Amino acid sequence: MNLQNIIKEIETVDPEFHERVSPRREAIKSLTGFGKKIALGALPLAMGSLFTKAYGQTQPTAINDILNFALTLEYLEAEFYTRGVTAHGTLLAGTPAIGALTTIRNDETNHVTFLKSVLGAAAVAKPNFDFTAKGTFPDPFLPTNYAVFLALAQAFEDTGVRAYKGQAPFLMSNKTVLGAALNIHSVEARHASHIRQMRKANGDTTLKPWITGNSRGSIPAAAQAVYNGEELETQANVKISGMVVDGITISTAAATEAFDEPLSYTDALNIAKLFLA
Amino acid sequence: MTKNTALFENKIVADRDSGFANMSRRKFLNYAGASTGLVLLAACSKNDNNGVDLGSGDTGILNYAYALEQLEAAFYIQVAKTFYTGITEDEKALLTDIRDHEVAHREFFKAALGGSAIQALEVDFSSINFADRTSVLGTAKAFEDLGVSAYNGAGPLFQSAAFLTLAGKIVSVEARHAALIRDRISNGSFVAADVVDMTTGLEKSRTPAQVLSIAGTYIKTQINASNLPS
Repeated sequence: MNLQNIIKEIETVDPEFHERVSPRREAIKSLTGFGKKIALGALPLAMGSLFTKAYGQTQPTAINDILNFALTLEYLEAEFYTRGVTAHGTLLAGTPAIGALTTIRNDETNHVTFLKSVLGAAAVAKPNFDFTAKGTFPDPFLPTNYAVFLALAQAFEDTGVRAYKGQAPFLMSNKTVLGAALNIHSVEARHASHIRQMRKANGDTTLKPWITGNSRGSIPAAAQAVYNGEELETQANVKISGMVVDGITISTAAATEAFDEPLSYTDALNIAKLFLA
Repeated sequence: MTKNTALFENKIVADRDSGFANMSRRKFLNYAGASTGLVLLAACSKNDNNGVDLGSGDTGILNYAYALEQLEAAFYIQVAKTFYTGITEDEKALLTDIRDHEVAHREFFKAALGGSAIQALEVDFSSINFADRTSVLGTAKAFEDLGVSAYNGAGPLFQSAAFLTLAGKIVSVEARHAALIRDRISNGSFVAADVVDMTTGLEKSRTPAQVLSIAGTYIKTQINASNLPS
């Protein structure tokens, strides 16, 4: 794989690619120079850094840029479940849990394949991931850390739901792409619901399939950004909490659970970045 | 009509100022134009020989969602009034949560639509045995899956980004419900070939016509969706 060719390919799809890397000449020059000094095997890491730099600053408007952002999140999930199914397969052999994790892995892998097929040559390469987030979390792939694995799975699914939701308005110019994104969005929500049920069965007895307030539950504080902003009680100027109708009072908890909130591009990317190697 | 439209516009203007506090003003204004244009499409619903008219444009889609939320809320209200035989405390709590979510969705649409909202629909639950877990969960599964496929199919029909986002906030909660109910019927069926394309991993969406044809079994009031965008 030739790095210069990849950059040329991106330029044909996204003429502003160079402008996104700041400053343009220095970035390309330094990246090229960097590539000469390091082993070829390390290139995907350099590519990952480049794309983070190129696409990580502000909300993109080009459809392909948004799809590449989605692809990056799907790469993360697909690799996470692929490694998780292998790592915890022995422990979970014969349980519904391994069946569910395999199902989710297949969905995420299919999402990667689908987005890559839509993007064609414009698809970004898979970055390298560090699922400990540089030591913030225990290694989720150690057999003793199955609970950590499930906690991260929940955080990734809930992030995915919020991230796709946040991008939908920017895909309105292409109804086909928007429709596809919405059809991935709801699948991520189904996953989130199931992972939360698995965690409940695994000892987190008060956990619900939906998000209450901005509660991260028993997930470490480092993941709080996944839930910040979920606590809204008013939607489009309609106060949901405290409504009384048909003898039912909508509690604050129910009001926040009934609506999942979008996550901005920057906030979602900042969460994903924690897991880039 | 003028009064209704003005009410509707007030909702949107108010929304711009407060409802999207986490979105920068500039970003919002980037697509606020679409919302403003949309207001002009707000139509009064009426009940004529062709049934309750959902209306056109974004108002029509919001009324379409309102109709489905009315159906779901009515169902879960009945479920929680007469819980099925042998229900566990756990399932009572979960189904009560879902009831409250659906009532919140219904009341949200009613309030947001204001004078453009369709009337309360009459439901027909004669085919459901509320004393029987299998019947209740089977119907819940049908309604939740239908809701998800309906929102997904309607999303691209919106002119307003704000309304698309609101629908997005609700559809993922419906999907959480759907997955739970399916797992309670058969653990591990949260995604399966009847709702998700197993090659792409994409949910199978439905058009309003497909959705209303299925929902019609449970709604007595005739609904006219002929003015919805397509």
